[in-house]
Amino acid sequence: MLKVRSLTKRYGDTEVVRGLDLNVRRGECFGLLGPNGAGKTTTLRLLLGLIEPDSGSIELAGIAVPQHAREARMKIGVVPQIDNLDPDFSVRENLLAYGRYFGMSRAAVTARVPELLEFAGLANKADAQISQLSGGMKRRLTLARALVHNPDILFLDEPTTGLDPQARHLIWQGLRRLIADGKTIVLTTHFMDEAERLTDRLAILDHGRIVAEGAPRALIETHIEPAVVEVFGEGLERWTALHAASLCLRHETVGETLFCYTGTPETVIATLKQTPELRYLHRPSSLEDVFLKLTGRDLRD
Amino acid sequence: MNRAFFRLPQLSWRFIPVWQRNYLVWKKLAIPSILGNLADPMLYMLGLGYGLGSLLPHVGGAPYMTFLAAGTVAYSTMNAATFEVLYSSFSRMHVQRTWDAIMNAPMTLDDVMMGELTWAISKSLLSGLAILAVIWGLGLYGSFWMTLWIIPVVMLLGFCFGGLGLVMNAVSPSYDFFLYYFTLVITPMVLLCGVFFPVTQLPPLLQSVSVWLPLTHAIDLTRPLVMGQVPEHIALHVTALLVAGSLGYIIALALTRKRLLK
Repeated sequence: MLKVRSLTKRYGDTEVVRGLDLNVRRGECFGLLGPNGAGKTTTLRLLLGLIEPDSGSIELAGIAVPQHAREARMKIGVVPQIDNLDPDFSVRENLLAYGRYFGMSRAAVTARVPELLEFAGLANKADAQISQLSGGMKRRLTLARALVHNPDILFLDEPTTGLDPQARHLIWQGLRRLIADGKTIVLTTHFMDEAERLTDRLAILDHGRIVAEGAPRALIETHIEPAVVEVFGEGLERWTALHAASLCLRHETVGETLFCYTGTPETVIATLKQTPELRYLHRPSSLEDVFLKLTGRDLRD
Repeated sequence: MNRAFFRLPQLSWRFIPVWQRNYLVWKKLAIPSILGNLADPMLYMLGLGYGLGSLLPHVGGAPYMTFLAAGTVAYSTMNAATFEVLYSSFSRMHVQRTWDAIMNAPMTLDDVMMGELTWAISKSLLSGLAILAVIWGLGLYGSFWMTLWIIPVVMLLGFCFGGLGLVMNAVSPSYDFFLYYFTLVITPMVLLCGVFFPVTQLPPLLQSVSVWLPLTHAIDLTRPLVMGQVPEHIALHVTALLVAGSLGYIIALALTRKRLLK
């Protein structure tokens, strides 16, 4: 569905995307993860043909981008990072206007509106103004708007950033429905739980390169020990010096917390219980551990 | 700067939905908008027309009110296009990000800009028709049929100032920036191009500046047409307006591509 070969984009002397290869299959939900500035949004803009790559090729549903970006975008629905619904139009008018940009007849869009409103859970808000909608409703409408022309593939740029947990679950529900309908989805996100929950495969991007790619479970198993014990509290330094090297397969201290990666958390916990002033959190390792291991813990601004 | 940014406008009928979008939004507030188009120029025209008109019975070979009406048609249509591509286009491009949404559909920036330009022309046409209606109503014309030629002239004016204004839109960081354009370009133009008094009243130096300003060329067309005469040098004036508008539009497109498509 989507084939990207050695894609490169430079701004001045900085290479923002450096030789990216991607393969997304039909019906797959694919995640693009990466810290701020990793090149996720630039990659999406390249895939849409909004900007031209310095080298490399993109093929979207068999159509070369950016050479035939117009044709390709007929098959793509986009949910952008920043809401850009038309504030001068009502909910229904937003869908009607957007359909026209795809060359759809008024009758064709009008016929689709009830279905889209139902999908977005906005059936009773058809005539509401955009300013009357909550953040979650706006996102759902943006998602419905991206579906107006019944695209094969959907690009979502951080679809749940800034939403409360209830609103996020509604978006996830909608996306799962689309996946079940056989749509291909490419999404970028900062939320590891979102990626673990939704994506079949994902790529972690850093400095414009893919540093890891695969199914979320497989990535965790390949890159990280099965369990993590996070230790914090009074006397951490002494405990680390005494036990970390022998008890943990791998460990690192971040701020005031020790991350102890281990295959045998019971042993670590047994030792910790002898030092009651230390507190700990035991959990299975997650995608976030993979992400932080591969992209580092430095703040990216 | 990327050479691709300087490609000539890629024309396509796809701009129509963009024009239509702006039209549908305007339609919601059509009555106040038309009143707005009318009120300001009317106040100037009637206020100055009656006030000064009694002191200056004839200016440029016509009653002052007629003289002023011909200037007002040109200057209010210039304003209509200018306001549209400055404040309204900037809202759609920068504040509401409507352009971004449109460009995620199979639309290009060239389509969006053409939609904005044609919409600016439409706003000029509306504003021009509103003033013409007053001219007809008050009988301020020499020949009714001649005044109909003002209709294509105001569209040309809309094209010219739409194209020029889009350059400002392309480089503006915020709404405040547009004040420079009004203070340094639009207001001097109104005073130098013969809206309120004949250009021949200006000192020679300013007269030679005036010749280069597009509004002068527009007024050289509208004034004879209101007075029932065939304008002189029609080809020159039309060409001047076309060239200024086209140059503006091509530069605006290059700068906007640079701003948005990187």
